[in-house]
Amino acid sequence: MAVPDPLALSPAPLATSVRLSGPSRHARRLNAIGRFLVVILLTYLGLLAVTFFIGRVIPVDPVLAMVGDNAPPHVVARAREDMGLNKPVYTQFYIYLRKVLRGDFGTSVLTANPVMQDIRRAFPATMELASLGILLGAGLGVPLGVWAAVRRGQWIDQVVRIIGLVGYSVPIFWLGLMALLVFYARLGWVSGPGRIDVAYEFTLVPVTGFMLLDTAMAGEWEAFGNALSHLILPASLLGYFSMAYISRMTRSFMLNELAQEYVVAARAKGLSEARIVWRHALRNAMVPLVTVIALSYAGLLEGSVLTETVFAWPGLGLYITNSLQNADMNAVLGGTIVVGSVFIGLNLLSDLLYTLLDPRTRTR
Amino acid sequence: MSHSTLLKPESLHDWLMSDRPLSRRQAALGRAYGACRTFSRNRLAMAGLVIVVALVLVAIFADLLAPYSAYTGDLRTTRLLAPSWAHWMGTDDQGRDILSRLIHGSRITLFVVVLVAVLAAPIGLLVGTVAGYAGGLVDAALMRITDIFLAFPRLILALAFVAALGPGIENAVIAIAITSWPPYARMARAETLSIRQTDYIAAVQLLGASPWRIVLRHIMPLCVSSVIVRVTLDMAGIILTAAGLGFLGLGAQPPMPEWGAMIANGRLYVLDQWWVAAAPGAAIFVVSLAFNLLGDGLRDALDPKGGQ
Amino acid sequence: MQQIHLKETILKTLSLPTLSISRRVLCATATAAFLLCHSAAALAATPKDTLVVAFAFDDIISMDPAEAFELSAGEIMGNTYDRLVRLDVNDPSKLVGDVAKSWTVSPDGRTYTFEIKPGLKFASGNALTADEVAYSLHRAVSLDKSPAFILTQFGFGKGNVKDKIKATGPLSLTLETDKAYAPTFVLNCLTANIGAIVDKKLLAANEQNGDWGYAWLKTHYAGSGPMKLREWRANEIVALERNDNHYGSKPPLARIIYRHVKEAATQRLLLEKGDIDIARNLSPQDIAALGANKDIRLTSVPKGTVYYISLNQKNPNLAKPEVREALKWLVDYAAIGDTLIKNIGVVHQNFLPVGLLGASKELPYKLDVDKAKALLAKAGLPNGFKVTIDMRTVQPVQGITEAFQQTAKRAGIDIEIIPGDGKQTLTKYRGRTHDMYIGQWGSDYWDPHSNADTFTRNPDNADEAKAKPLSWRNAWAIPELTKKSDAAVLERDAGKRKAMYEELQAEFRKTSPFIMLYQQTEVAAYRSNVESLKLGPTFDTNYLFKVAKR
Repeated sequence: MAVPDPLALSPAPLATSVRLSGPSRHARRLNAIGRFLVVILLTYLGLLAVTFFIGRVIPVDPVLAMVGDNAPPHVVARAREDMGLNKPVYTQFYIYLRKVLRGDFGTSVLTANPVMQDIRRAFPATMELASLGILLGAGLGVPLGVWAAVRRGQWIDQVVRIIGLVGYSVPIFWLGLMALLVFYARLGWVSGPGRIDVAYEFTLVPVTGFMLLDTAMAGEWEAFGNALSHLILPASLLGYFSMAYISRMTRSFMLNELAQEYVVAARAKGLSEARIVWRHALRNAMVPLVTVIALSYAGLLEGSVLTETVFAWPGLGLYITNSLQNADMNAVLGGTIVVGSVFIGLNLLSDLLYTLLDPRTRTR
Repeated sequence: MSHSTLLKPESLHDWLMSDRPLSRRQAALGRAYGACRTFSRNRLAMAGLVIVVALVLVAIFADLLAPYSAYTGDLRTTRLLAPSWAHWMGTDDQGRDILSRLIHGSRITLFVVVLVAVLAAPIGLLVGTVAGYAGGLVDAALMRITDIFLAFPRLILALAFVAALGPGIENAVIAIAITSWPPYARMARAETLSIRQTDYIAAVQLLGASPWRIVLRHIMPLCVSSVIVRVTLDMAGIILTAAGLGFLGLGAQPPMPEWGAMIANGRLYVLDQWWVAAAPGAAIFVVSLAFNLLGDGLRDALDPKGGQ
Repeated sequence: MQQIHLKETILKTLSLPTLSISRRVLCATATAAFLLCHSAAALAATPKDTLVVAFAFDDIISMDPAEAFELSAGEIMGNTYDRLVRLDVNDPSKLVGDVAKSWTVSPDGRTYTFEIKPGLKFASGNALTADEVAYSLHRAVSLDKSPAFILTQFGFGKGNVKDKIKATGPLSLTLETDKAYAPTFVLNCLTANIGAIVDKKLLAANEQNGDWGYAWLKTHYAGSGPMKLREWRANEIVALERNDNHYGSKPPLARIIYRHVKEAATQRLLLEKGDIDIARNLSPQDIAALGANKDIRLTSVPKGTVYYISLNQKNPNLAKPEVREALKWLVDYAAIGDTLIKNIGVVHQNFLPVGLLGASKELPYKLDVDKAKALLAKAGLPNGFKVTIDMRTVQPVQGITEAFQQTAKRAGIDIEIIPGDGKQTLTKYRGRTHDMYIGQWGSDYWDPHSNADTFTRNPDNADEAKAKPLSWRNAWAIPELTKKSDAAVLERDAGKRKAMYEELQAEFRKTSPFIMLYQQTEVAAYRSNVESLKLGPTFDTNYLFKVAKR
């Protein structure tokens, strides 16, 4: 039975990348880009289709959010008709796709705003938080992981492990509330929940949606400081969370690298330990590490619901969760598209970074 | 083979550690024995193992060990009591002894964690290594499927499960497992991409090994170590995720003393009655630490590259 | 010497000599950031002319009074829109004229005539006359959204409302109902947000395809109340500003800002620190803890919301009258009242909340396991039975359900808890597929008929029935009670009406498949410099515009 072996589709790794016949390099590149775009499109389609169909079978009545529990039956029936819920599911999906292609993501039942408008407000909030979080997390996690790997088995290794594990195994809402209690309520070092003080709330004109950028661009340095002081605690929380994971994985990858023969050879050649660790071993460990950091960032974007709840942060996590609990499918689908795009983008970015960092992955 | 080794009686240890195994089985047993020895020399890993074994024993003998009932409490007299000699970890908002609940809950919690790890890790490993080795269209397709699963809001899957299968913790396990494998896949793929070009893989290819054999017998074992580390780190996260899904009905049904559910309940009391959330939190931390130490020890023992 | 040695050791340990410069830069940046944050944090107290309230208002879906029905929206509208009459906050059984100066009822009880106050203006500056009042009521009836039934139950419909509700002069309005209802009933309904007066000219300017300005008003404001709505950012912030065109006394504060904060502990920390003035969604533990804080005061009011456990009569076990009664004896009301709902509720065993006309305070039931067992034996179930309960995963509902599970077990009844999210369980409840359900009911308008309509009226018990009152959801067939409830709403004598409701409640207590649990108490904690905060019995009577700050 001639079932094609999927693994046999890959050319032998020792083949050269120069082909003596067939389509030109230019044509091949266009072909690759075309295939790439098709795959991306299929991913979106798949994501949307699955989310849409599941949304129609979940045990929550989408009309409830719109009309409430006490509405008279004819109001309910009219709402059901307006939302198009009486049509067959495939028709509904087709109509939705057509609207999406035109750029119309529909209107949210819960906020009465177009979904795009809601997302344009919620997404930068989450992104600002997650970005600062991953900067802190990777900025601390990678050096700590390297340190633990270099000092493997010693007390510093265990300390890094414990710190990391605490961050990873305690519930984030607990850590958040404790952090608020200590740093905000008792010590007063940072500002409280919310993105910015009420006093600045209406004087700021949102341009990008990132508080730090908007205040800096407007030259409002007092507001900038205020936004930063609101941002620092939840970002540190998320950073701590991802630092735990990043440091563990860095340690693991570094241990792999430090056991390689080239390290022995480099030591024999007389290179300093620092140079070996930072310029050679870490460079090689960065390849899988980049995936880890990208995954971590993506995880922060989608998993920040609890942080957003505790810190009253009006971000995407709360938006999607709230919409889902009310079966507000337009909002859920819009949010899913955005999150999906970020994931795909991050994965592509990390794939690109591989080819930059590891020449061995640049074949064909 | 010298005359002397044939005649002198060998100890089991010598036989296993011999440089010249006479059969495949002896070689395999020898490798396993070597791994065990490396592992047992690692004190921390042994500590992890001891804790895990203790956990399993607590789970088995829960009825004997728990001082009070895990399910009944008195609202009036025993509600929200601070830790004391009578109640080592205090009582919760229904008046139930927290220590007893922790002990009984170890069963459910262990069950959830191990099942998810056992389901999700192999799937992720397989998908990742196949994608990384095959490359091309297969890689692209598998990675985009992974992206779909990653971008999927976990909650919607949970709600779908509630609709299809009903509430309960078994369905929570399936839901969590289905959303947990993508990170393992991506990591395995990343490692595979680095490993793919190495000499020893080329050597095996020259020997005529089929691609499946290469992936299963050669590449996967090299990726297992990082996946193990990740899985052990994830244990705590799995428990907390199960708690997070609980509010949708996909989790432990009250009054089940599942640790994640206990933490979720303790959320209201964090500021004043800290012990309600702290006790299960500490338990989760200890279990997480134990599995983490165990995982590191396993990794060091099993990893053909990392041996020191 | 030792110090140099230490430094070398540290450097060697870190083995990061090449990073020493970048480390210094990092340190400098961190210090700068810390100083910046610290100074910024010090300015955090709320502005003097602004009231900042922490309130979970993620239930708001629209700012159009003809459409908004949820509690939070009700409060916003209560502060930003005027209507013909309002409830007197100090005595909710009395009414005060809002836009109306006076009113009379015709002898046949079907025609109401209102005199409108002269010289009224909307926030936009447009004049408010009887024409605008009529327009607002026409609009509410014609749009026919969820809360419209409060008006349409008087016989108004799209076709006839323009005749039934007429502006007979610049300052007079008549309203004709189809039957001679109790005047208190009709007027109470007009105090609801559905009766809010909207700015006709402003809406006409923003109208699309004859939609009465519906699409625009969802997220905008067209009212005449003491405050005007400046901005509504969903799940984030609602900002109200003083309306200088309002006829009444000027609100002391220029702005009221609602901050959406879902987590009770976060609200508490914000209040303790002084970053908010009022916290509205605290848990019983928080309230108890704040009692000791000298800077914080508490105020509370019984709300028109009752909590209950209902038994689906489609379940053969639950349909037995002895079983229904037995379950009522299996709830430890006293313990729950003293622990789980302390400060946020009061044990209440009737379907009318205290404060409404005719509400009864009888408490016949208490925990009595033996009595319950005897009743179960009489019903032929001496060993109990298995049953499920659908529960929302919020407190205190979850706590009460778990406590109920324990006490019921003592009589042999094995309750399996099926947790779910709010809308999830509600969907199931409305489909009549539950066994037991623990829920709550808030009055739509301040009149006993609001609760009677849902608890003691079930006009059609069939599966395809259009209306879904709570009695229907539990398949409770009650033709007699339905007739009595219908009679009570037409009784014009207040004393007789009260007696009729007391009779309804007595029968309800004995035979209904509802285990009434408690009535909600709304509690607000506020900083000591906040004055004149008084919560009302409904959310749209929480008049925050009267609050001042010292």
